Amino acid sequence: MYQWDFGILWSYRWLFLNGLGVTVGFTVVIVLCGLLFGLLGAFGSLSRFRALRLTALAFIEAFRCTPILVQLIWFYYALPILAGVEMTPITASALALSLYGGSFYSEIIRGGIVSIDRGQSEAGAALGMTPGQTMRRIVLPQAIKRMIPALMNQSIIQFKNTSLVSVLAVPDLVYQSQVAAHDSYRPLETYTAVAVAYAAILIPLTIIVRRGEKRLAVSE
Amino acid sequence: MSETSKNTSKIEIRSLRKSFGSNEVLKNINLDVAKGGVVALIGPSGSGKSTLLRCINLLVVPDGGSVRVGDTRFAFGDGAKLPDVTTLARFRATTGMVFQHFNLFPHMTTLQNVMEGPVTVRRMAKADAETLARAQLAKVGLAEKADQYPATLSGGQKQRVAIARALAMEPDVMLFDEATSALDPELVGEVLSVIQQLASEGMTMVIVTHEIAFAREVADRLIFMRDGIVIEEGPARQVIDNPREAATRAFLSHFHRTGALPPANAVS
Repeated sequence: MYQWDFGILWSYRWLFLNGLGVTVGFTVVIVLCGLLFGLLGAFGSLSRFRALRLTALAFIEAFRCTPILVQLIWFYYALPILAGVEMTPITASALALSLYGGSFYSEIIRGGIVSIDRGQSEAGAALGMTPGQTMRRIVLPQAIKRMIPALMNQSIIQFKNTSLVSVLAVPDLVYQSQVAAHDSYRPLETYTAVAVAYAAILIPLTIIVRRGEKRLAVSE
Repeated sequence: MSETSKNTSKIEIRSLRKSFGSNEVLKNINLDVAKGGVVALIGPSGSGKSTLLRCINLLVVPDGGSVRVGDTRFAFGDGAKLPDVTTLARFRATTGMVFQHFNLFPHMTTLQNVMEGPVTVRRMAKADAETLARAQLAKVGLAEKADQYPATLSGGQKQRVAIARALAMEPDVMLFDEATSALDPELVGEVLSVIQQLASEGMTMVIVTHEIAFAREVADRLIFMRDGIVIEEGPARQVIDNPREAATRAFLSHFHRTGALPPANAVS
């Protein structure tokens, strides 16, 4: 029978905290940048202009249909060779994860926008609003409500995807725990603690979002 | 693009054509609405009456012909440049439209729905817009519903809010697209009496409707359309009581023609 000893992890607490900080910081950056790319991708794919639509579609499918691990390695190793763009592991992984997340956010945002009844935009137009005003004042506020569960879901996946940046030696929680596991010869305790740490952050977040959704639903 | 016309009519439509794909929905339509006039458009579904109405505020962009409302005229067809979005928006701000399915903004209260046009389009100060919006809600008998969301209202109340929302833009012209078709029969009357009140105040209106008795009562002119053309046109009572065309007669025979207005309740 395996003798669990979580006490030993206490001596690595600064390493874990450090890694956790990188993971959380990374998530904030890639979720925000990803939402920006997602917004661009969604509006691009809904554009009146064919060239914009095709560009957005190419971006979405390129990043949605290839594995994130391959993208990470490609951004770090292949881009410098092909395009002469040198990137630090942090920049390369932030960019890859943002674009990857952005491709999924694009589809969520586009789906939310087209799900709003045409009559809503017509009512806006009939009042004399420009298409931009109709989008901002009428369509998006309703669409965002519908997007929130899916956006939250994708952001949870993004949070967990940050664990992949350890392959580029970015010192996130997983990378630091590898260090701790090698040093302590206690991989079971280490990775159990890491799993608990991820869940401990995500579960409260999901509860907050669920409550928020209920409050938003009141006005429907 | 806009020019001043010496014509006294408020709405003037000439040789209007519109096709959706190979389906020609409007074939050379001419229509004049005098200032303060009320025109009812009737006809079977697919006759093009809703499309014609939507061409008046350019929610549907015609393929050919011209549309003039007030002093603003647009020409369409060969060589004519399509108006840009800002020109279109400014033009639509002068016409009010009421839809069959209300199309209220569900994420806003009744008051916010009515304030939206004045605040966003006319750039009115919030306080002024609120005063205006409350006045419009009172006019349609819904002052006490200001802080409720549309989802809590009945169909008739929703449509009256939609009318108040359109009126808050202080339009020159009101367009009604089957405003009572989605309502339960007992709620039709309250909406019709609001429209009738507007008519008596001298609002220029074009009304697409299936309420023949109402059209006879409120409209001064009636247009019967079928298959994208105007079959018959004339004073409302005359066309309904003594239609000249066989097609008009056949269509009107589907309706009870009592001439009585459905009972109005709920409106103060």
